[in-house]
This record gives sequence, C-alpha cells and structure tokens, in this order.
Amino acid sequence: MADAARRTQDLYRHLGADEVQAEHIQKPQLSYARDVAGRFFRNRVAVVSVVVLALLVAMALIGPLMTPYDYRTTDVASVSRQMAEGGRKALGPSGEHWFGVDTLGRDLWARIWMGTRYSLLIGFSAALVQALIGVLVGCVSGYCGGMVDVIIMRAVDVLDAIPYLIYVIIIMMVFGSGILPIMMALTLTGWLSMARLVRGQILNLKNEDYILAARGLDTGPVGIMAKHLIPNCMGIIIVSLSMAIPGAIFSEAFLSFLGIGLAAPLTSLGQLISTGIREMRNYPYQLIIPSAVISLLMLSLQLIGDALRDAVDPKLRR
Amino acid sequence: MLKYVIKRFIISALTILVLCTVVFFAIKAIPGDPFSGPEYTEEMRAQLQALYGFDKPVTEQYIAYMGNLLRGDLGISVYYRGKPVADIISAAFPQSLDLGLRALFTATIVGVGLGILAALNRKKPLDYLSIVVAIIGISIPSFVVASLLQYTLAIVFPVFPVARYTTFRHTILPTIALSLPTIAKFSRLMRTSMLEVADSDFVKTARSKGLRKHQVIFSHQVRNSLLPLLAVMGPTTASLLMGSFVVESIFAVPGLGNYFVESINTQDYSLIMGLTIFYGLFLVTVNFAIDILYGVVDPRIRLGGKANG
Repeated sequence: MADAARRTQDLYRHLGADEVQAEHIQKPQLSYARDVAGRFFRNRVAVVSVVVLALLVAMALIGPLMTPYDYRTTDVASVSRQMAEGGRKALGPSGEHWFGVDTLGRDLWARIWMGTRYSLLIGFSAALVQALIGVLVGCVSGYCGGMVDVIIMRAVDVLDAIPYLIYVIIIMMVFGSGILPIMMALTLTGWLSMARLVRGQILNLKNEDYILAARGLDTGPVGIMAKHLIPNCMGIIIVSLSMAIPGAIFSEAFLSFLGIGLAAPLTSLGQLISTGIREMRNYPYQLIIPSAVISLLMLSLQLIGDALRDAVDPKLRR
Repeated sequence: MLKYVIKRFIISALTILVLCTVVFFAIKAIPGDPFSGPEYTEEMRAQLQALYGFDKPVTEQYIAYMGNLLRGDLGISVYYRGKPVADIISAAFPQSLDLGLRALFTATIVGVGLGILAALNRKKPLDYLSIVVAIIGISIPSFVVASLLQYTLAIVFPVFPVARYTTFRHTILPTIALSLPTIAKFSRLMRTSMLEVADSDFVKTARSKGLRKHQVIFSHQVRNSLLPLLAVMGPTTASLLMGSFVVESIFAVPGLGNYFVESINTQDYSLIMGLTIFYGLFLVTVNFAIDILYGVVDPRIRLGGKANG
C-alpha cells in the first residue's frame, strides 16, 4: 500500500500555484459600447447595410461632382440634339447623361445624388434634434414625477392622438417650403415617442441603489441626470434615434410627394419620385431610379436600426 | 371601469379641442388670403371676405367657427365655390372608408396569417420570407410601392385597370398598395407575440394536459397573441388614413385623401381645415373605442397596471 502511494506521488509532481495568476480574469473586460459594437458587427446583414449606407452617403457627397452637369441647369442643346437623333427614347440613360435627363433637360445623375444629399441631411438633422428634445423632456418628466410628470405626459398624449403628418402638413403650409421649415415641422412632433421611451426607462432606473448613492453624495438632479440616468438610457436612445432617421426621410419624401416639401431649385428623393410618377408612361427610368435609391436608403437604415436594437438588447432577439 | 372610461373621454375631448384650435389659428396665420389674386376687384374681395366671414376679428371668427362646428357645419369650400365642406366630406368619405376597410381586412388576414406561419416555422424558409416581406413593407414608402405597382401591373402588363374606383378589379391594386405597410407591421408583431406566448405557463399547461397541437396553437397561443394587435389598431388606422392620401391620388380614387392633396395644392383653406378636423375627430373616436375595448378585454390596463401609462 505504502509502496503504491509513493509510486503515485512519483508520477505526479506538484507544480505550485501562483495565487495572483489564479485570481486573474480570463476574458478581457469589455466596455458597454464595445460589447454592443461587437454584437452589431457579428451580424452579417448589419455589416452589409452599413456598407450600402456608406456608399449612398459617399455618392451623395461626391456624386454631383462626378458629372460636368449641374443639378439645376437645363442642357437644352444636348436634349434637342438627342431628340432629333433618336426621338424621346434618347432622353434616357446614356454615356453622356448616366441616369438620363428629366423632362426639363436637367441631368438626373446630379439631381438624384443631390436629392439623396438633401434627404439624408433632413433625415439626420431632424432625427438628432427630435432626440435631443425628447431626451430632455423625458428626463425631466421621469425624474421629477408628480404633477410635472402628469402634465407633460397628458400633453404628450394629446399631441400624439393625431398623426403627426397632419400637424406637419399644417406647419408646412404656414411657413412655406424649405429646409428649415421642414426640419421645424418634423421636430415639433417627432420628439413625442422618444420622450415617452426615456421617461419609462428613467422611472425604472431612478430607484436603483446607485442613484440613491449619488444623491447621498449630494449630487444635484442635473448631475444625476447627466452622469447616471442618461448614460444608462443610451442604448434605447441610440436605437430609437436610428429608427427616427428613416422616419424623417420618409416624412420629407411624403411631403415632397404632396407638393409641400422642398421648393423648386432644391430637390429631394421624394420630389424626384413625384415628378417621376407623372412621367412614368413615357420615361419610366425617371420613376425607377429614384425609387430604387430611396428604397435602398430606407432598407439599409431600417436594417441597421434593427441590428442595433438586437445588439443593445440581445434578449429581444428572436 | 367607469373611472377609466371618463379619463379616456376627457383626454379625447381635450385632444379634439387642441386640434381644432391649433388648426384654426395655424390656417389664419398663413400670410395672404385666397382672394388676393389680380382677378378680384376690391369690391369683389370685400364681398367674398364678408361672405366667408374673413373680415371679422380672428377671435370672433374662432368662436363662430367653433359654434358652427358643434352643429356639424364646417363652412364653405373656397375652391369649389359655394359647396359646403360637410357635403364634400360626406360624398367622398364612403369611398375612403371602403378602401380603408378593404386594406385593413387584407392586412389582418395576410399579416396575422404570415406572422403565425413564421412563428410556427421559426428559422425555416417561411420565417425568412415573412421577415423579408416585413422589412420591405416597413421600409419602402407606400407611394413608391403604389406607383411601381401601377407601372408594372397596369401599364407594362395591363392586368389591372390603371386608375379609378368602380369595379372590384379597380380596387385590387389600391388595396395592395395601402395594406402592404400594415401587413408588414402585423406579421412582425404577430410573430414576436406568438413566440413570447409560446414560452408562457398556460401554453405549457395546455401541452402537458395532452391537448392536440392545433388546439394548443389556435385556442391558446393565437388567441393570446392577438392582444398586442389591438393596441396598435389606433396607430394603424392613422397610418392607413395617411397612406390613403397618396394611394388615392395615384390611383385617382375619388375619396377624402385625394381631396386633401388637392386642397393643399389649390390652397382651399376651409376644405383643409374641415378635412383635418374631420380626420382628427375620426381618429380620436377610433382611439377612444379601442381604448375602451382594450380595457374590457385586458383588465390589467384599466386597473392602471401599465408601467409607463
């Protein structure tokens, strides 16, 4: 027996253990943002959408510069020459005008990328301002509670009962068309859902222990909101922001379709489509090309939003 | 329950009041008036303004307008001279309602069906198909869908009539165009809520009792998954209304949406005002009915259990 025990001891050697090593955490710690980014970029659909969106943004920036034609000057000489040579079919895409020209002889390549630029500009800036207002109102309402909360939330309920596009249409009619009125109109009603979302989240968070601790350390309400509450809502804020961008682009396109979006020399995808619909019998490319661009744009933004939502809250993924 | 109904009613009444006031003063704030064109002499202009009551102070006009509103009088159209706005609405609303109901019916059947099929075939081709339909329906604007449908199925391949709204064949394309975003929304919602319910205890109980599979699916899972659909009925009605603006104008359906677009383009202020208020009233009524119905179906709502209500 003793012999056997000794033999086993000979077979195994004690290597010793480094106490510090043993306590070491194996996986490097990930910050919240990195964690979300990691999950986001593991999603193949999301990566493709980001690439498509990046391409569209790049084209919106450099597209109009790639052709010698300006987006608002008419190329009458070329149009009449082509008309003489090949009838009205000649207006379509060609080596000279890559996407063809519209019925006024304006280069569609330049117009479409210019329109994409304005659609993106309006979409992104309107969504950002909406988010800003929504977060502020939601924060105040959720954190203050009581009467303030009741009044703000009832006001939100009342404003929300009517589809925002009706308000937007009325505002656009009062202030006329243009980039600034459109952004004003979109932000005036667009903050409602964000405010509601942030308020709900803050109601959940404000009784957490770390808020109590912060209050115990004599942090003021503004400090608590800025340092603790808003950073902890960042996930849902970003997701909701990413959903608001296609929403704003859609609204602008809708208004332009009704004829109260951007005014004439400026153009947007919605405006191009509404012109395209009028011409679609004879010049279908005038409808199909801008429709394809706006569909790609909306699709990529929507898919990025979905992927962000899944990345921020993997529990929601099904 | 009574307290809940009263609360919802007060909010609805307040909404209508705010809407009417905002719309009235916004329209009054538009610079210029409809009779400032060169074709009017000073005398005609004064007469027309007196006829429409535009010469009185704004507050007086407001009180008169609100008073008339209570009697269902929405004033007289500026573009269609002498035609009361209420008459235009009552003539055009049935077509819009018809199209809206067709779209809602189609969207409910197709959307709910697709959602159920997707949830039952999770991670299989059918599921992916429903996801693709949902993404396309949500992200591509309805006026793009409508015009492309019109171009392909009525002009290039003339399967359906191009426009107007008379026979059943005329209604097919507008209905598809109008219902697609709602189909997308419903199928997505239904799929998620089916999957959520599938994990709940009462479904497990039903299964462990040895009920047949379709019995569990239809009398337990589907029934309980339908509840969230009721919650989005209000916004859905709103989006169908907004969608009908463009769909009606593309397919030349003589409905309210078409008048709305036209009244914006012709600057017919009294028609815009009347239509906006009518839409508002309609939506608020629908929302009120849905809230009450929801309170009846789901007691948690009226007892104030909603976390963020």
